[in-house]
Amino acid sequence: MTNTLHRYGDAESFRDDYVVFAICSRGKNDQNAVPRLRRFLEMALPFNPVNLGDARHGGALRPSKSMSPVSHWKRDVQPDFQAVIAGLDTATTAAAVFDNRAAAEDFVKSVKAADLGLSVNISTSIEGAEQCCHEAGICRHSVGYSLGFEGKTGHLPNEDVLTLSTMCGHGMVSSSLAKKMVDWVKEGRRTPEQAVTYLTRFCSCGVFNPSRAKRILEDARKRTK
Amino acid sequence: MRIDPDKCVACGNCTYVCPMGAIYIDPAIKRATVNRDECVECYACYNGLSQEHLNPTLVRTTRRIFQVMRLRFDPEPDVCPTAAFAPEDLAWPRIVRRAFSDPRVPHESTGVEGRGTEEVKTNDVSGRVKVGEVGFTIELGRPGVGVWFREIQEMTWELARAGVAFEKKNPVTALMSDVATGAIREDILNEKVLSAIIEIKVPVERTEEIVRLVWDVEKRLETVVALGVGTRCDADGEDRTVAPILERLGYKLERAKTNTGLGRITNPPADVRQGEVAAR
Repeated sequence: MTNTLHRYGDAESFRDDYVVFAICSRGKNDQNAVPRLRRFLEMALPFNPVNLGDARHGGALRPSKSMSPVSHWKRDVQPDFQAVIAGLDTATTAAAVFDNRAAAEDFVKSVKAADLGLSVNISTSIEGAEQCCHEAGICRHSVGYSLGFEGKTGHLPNEDVLTLSTMCGHGMVSSSLAKKMVDWVKEGRRTPEQAVTYLTRFCSCGVFNPSRAKRILEDARKRTK
Repeated sequence: MRIDPDKCVACGNCTYVCPMGAIYIDPAIKRATVNRDECVECYACYNGLSQEHLNPTLVRTTRRIFQVMRLRFDPEPDVCPTAAFAPEDLAWPRIVRRAFSDPRVPHESTGVEGRGTEEVKTNDVSGRVKVGEVGFTIELGRPGVGVWFREIQEMTWELARAGVAFEKKNPVTALMSDVATGAIREDILNEKVLSAIIEIKVPVERTEEIVRLVWDVEKRLETVVALGVGTRCDADGEDRTVAPILERLGYKLERAKTNTGLGRITNPPADVRQGEVAAR
C-alpha cells in the first residue's frame, strides 16, 4: 500500500499535509497488534487530526448504506474519530492525518514515548518529515522517495483534479468526481466544505486530507483554466 | 460489478465515481451500464456511494416531471438513490481484478490490504532493504489509468532479463509462472486492474540502470507509472547515496515516506520463525 506516497504536488503544497501511519509486519510484530493500533489512533486525538482511518474499514467520514429521503438534511458532515478507533478489529494499517507540522511533530513525539513496537512512517514533504523526526529526536531508519508520475502522462487530468484525486492513493476518489466537485464549487452549486465531504467518503483507508482538499477547491474556484 | 436495470433510475451519479470511467448511461435502455472490459472490480461505486432505497418508479416519474418543467434535478452526488449496485460472485481469473483494485481486500499472498506491499514501511522490522541496497516499487496504472497484466509482464520480462531479484512477498511476484523470466500466468494476461506494484531490490550501484530500464519500457506501455525508490538511511539518519543519484537523473525529490525506526519484533520467537518460513 503506497497509498500516501505519490500525492501530487510540490513540497510547498504539502505544508498542510502530514500523514503518520502505523503498520505491523506479518509474522514479525502482528500478534496482539490491534490494541496497539487502537492506542496509536487514540494518541492522535489530542493533536486534532483532520482524519483518522484504518485500511480495512475506512476513514472518519463514511458512506451510509441506509439513507432515507429525510436523511439528506441531517447527514454526517463531522468526522467520527471514536467510530474509527472502536471499529479497528484487525492487524492492518492505521493512519492519522494532520494539517500542520506542529501537531504532527507532537504526535510523533508521543508515539515514540509510547514505544508501541509498530513501524511508524511519516508521509509528507521530505523536509517536513525530517523536521518531525528532528523535533522528536528520531534518527530516520529508511526513506521511500516518490519520483512522481511518468509514462503516458497524457492520460492524466489537470493539476487541481490530480491533486485532489491522488489524496486517495488507492484511486477510490475518481478524477471525474474530483473534476465535478471543482466545477460545482466554481458554479456555486456546493461550497468547498460540502464538496470535501463527498470526496472524503470515497477514501477507503482514511488518509484523504479534507483540510488540504478544501484549500485546493478554494484556489481552483478562482483559477481561469 | 453489475447494476440492476430494474432499480437503476439513470441519475448518472455512478458515471462520475467510477475511477475507470467504465460506467455509462446506455441510451438504448436508459440505464447505467458497466463496461465489463474496462471495469476493474474496485468496488468504488458499491463501497463509496451512499445508498438510498427509494422506489425506482417514483424516482423516474419525478425526474420526468422535473424535466418537463425545466427544473434542475440536483441529487447528492455521492448517493445511489435506489441501491442499484449488485456485486457479483467473481470467478478466476476475473477475481484477480478485485484483488488488485479493491483496497479493502487483503492480498492472499501477503495478507496486506491496498496493493498488498510492505516495502520500506516495515523495513525497521523486516530488514528488507539493507545498507547498500535500493528497493524499487514500480507501480503501473496509477493514478486512475489502470493497467493490463500483459503490460505488467512487459516490465517484469525486462527486469528479469536484467537479472534483478523480485520481492517474494509481493502480489505480482505471486502471480508469476516463472520468476526467473518474469513471465506472468497466461490466464490473467487479459485482466485489467487499477494498479499493480512490482517490487525489486538491487545494489545501489544499479540504481541508474534500473531507472533507465523503466524509462525504456514505459515508452511501450499505454499507461502511467509511479516510481518509488526506498533506501536504508545512514547511522545518523541521512541518505547521502541514493538521493544524489536520483537528482542527477533529473528528479526533483519533493515527497517521501519516512520510516522512523520505531518498530521492533514483538512476536514470540516461534511465531517469527513461522513467519519467515511462510515468507520463503
